[in-house]
Amino acid sequence: MSDSVRSTIVSQFGQVAREQNRKLAPLSDDLVLMDSGLDSLCFAIVVARLEDALGFDPFGVTEDARFPVTLGDFIKFYEDAAK
Amino acid sequence: MPQNDAMSLWESLSASAGHPGRGIWAPTSAVRLHDLLAGSTLEGRLEELRGRSALILARDQLAAALALTQIDGIARRLVLCPPDLDAQHIPYVMATAAVDAVVSDLEPADFAALGAERFIQCSSAVTPAAISRGKQRPTEWVLFTSGTSGTPKMVSHSLSSLAGAIEGGGSLGGAIVWSTFYDIRRYGGLQIFLRALLGGGSLVLSSTEEATADFLARAGSRAVTHMTGTPSHWRRALMSGAARRIAPHYVRLSGEIADQAILDNLRETYANARIAHAFASTEAGVGFEVEDGRAGIPANQFSHPLGGVELKIEDGSLRIRSARTAMCYIGNESTALVDADGYVDTGDILELKSGRYYFIGRRGGIINVGGLKVHPEEVEAVINRHPRVQMSLVKSRKNPVTGAVVVAEIVLKSAPAPGDPTVENAGVKSEILEDCQRALAAHKVPAAIRIVPYLDVTPSGKVARPNA
Repeated sequence: MSDSVRSTIVSQFGQVAREQNRKLAPLSDDLVLMDSGLDSLCFAIVVARLEDALGFDPFGVTEDARFPVTLGDFIKFYEDAAK
Repeated sequence: MPQNDAMSLWESLSASAGHPGRGIWAPTSAVRLHDLLAGSTLEGRLEELRGRSALILARDQLAAALALTQIDGIARRLVLCPPDLDAQHIPYVMATAAVDAVVSDLEPADFAALGAERFIQCSSAVTPAAISRGKQRPTEWVLFTSGTSGTPKMVSHSLSSLAGAIEGGGSLGGAIVWSTFYDIRRYGGLQIFLRALLGGGSLVLSSTEEATADFLARAGSRAVTHMTGTPSHWRRALMSGAARRIAPHYVRLSGEIADQAILDNLRETYANARIAHAFASTEAGVGFEVEDGRAGIPANQFSHPLGGVELKIEDGSLRIRSARTAMCYIGNESTALVDADGYVDTGDILELKSGRYYFIGRRGGIINVGGLKVHPEEVEAVINRHPRVQMSLVKSRKNPVTGAVVVAEIVLKSAPAPGDPTVENAGVKSEILEDCQRALAAHKVPAAIRIVPYLDVTPSGKVARPNA
């Protein structure tokens, strides 16, 4: 499951970057999301796509969820919600 | 606004009923208008309604049509209930519209507790009766506005404000047979009923119980010449495979935005018909009709109003002033129907692009994506241009980053070609996405697209919108 969440997230980052003509920084767990090359709209799209792809939206569950800072946080946030 | 001295429905009918073939046809019953002039569907008790405020509450559409024809000119007020009026609102409606007589095909016992002074049973069958109508009076028509949930909202019209036709319809010579996907107990359908009756024509009624293909076949068998409905109605007709069962001379769309795709589809199907898209609402009446086959309204229709209808745009929305607007709301004094200059604000937002005004949505329907506004309808217009798309609904989805994003649900025209349907759909989805990326600002492009088997359509024939 973890692997599939991670790979779905990574592939969405690439897909949205291509659609929005953004240059995506090399993805690593300590990459700060705001330095990834994606803007807010891109992240909004990534979250919406992940909801359809994974069947859940971790942000919808916790009202006060803070948006993850690094890619590693982001993936962990989704992996925790998938458990 | 003064009621004018136009003839009542009955007077107009008796002046022109000469053609014995004129009729109103429902799926399982029919009435020759000629017979109605020498009979009654109200147990012969029309006189009891003189000067009263009558609630017309009929399960059967034909029964309602016949009751209206007889009662106009006799009652002080007609309150025409839509077919889906929630029974719990009836006491409110009766109190608000000062109803003192109920005309219904329901059982009298159903109304016993409501305290109306008179109950008259109506039906769709004409019983021969000697009718003396005596002195006629202008009757006020009270209609329910569409698209509201909760407490019903009623507006006041006169026969002339309802029946005034903009250009269109026209005289074809020969028998005019109208039909409409609308129910005649709503503004869109009532207009057609009145135009059929006052214009010397006949009418084929639709029914929610009847499959679209069956309705089209029945309308075709009556040689329908004029047909009206919403773009959603027409899309359903095209999907039914039976659209060519009718060969109308005149096709009219109203009630929703007519995009170029539906206009082109109808043009292809009805090559010889006049195809018009019109703006009309229960409150604002008929605003305009466009017949050049293109979406939007030529800007010069704003400076050269047709048929006495004046149009203007203020705060982005269409305002209409004409003798066809409703007079006032009934029982809701807090809301003014018209502004100080007599214009009704339709709440529909227009945008000027190369000489034409285009509807881009409703004032209340805006999606806010990180502070940027999106009208769902402008996105739908782009999606609907894709040849595989039958209809679409664009809506808001909550999002932790931008507050909301735009998402789309799409009904495709036909089952994908043989092969893996998910693969086929994925191809269509990415094509639609590319179309949107080319035509729209980034925040307006749907973040997610879902192919769905169908979209809900409201009883008034419009795509059901959340929070509409």
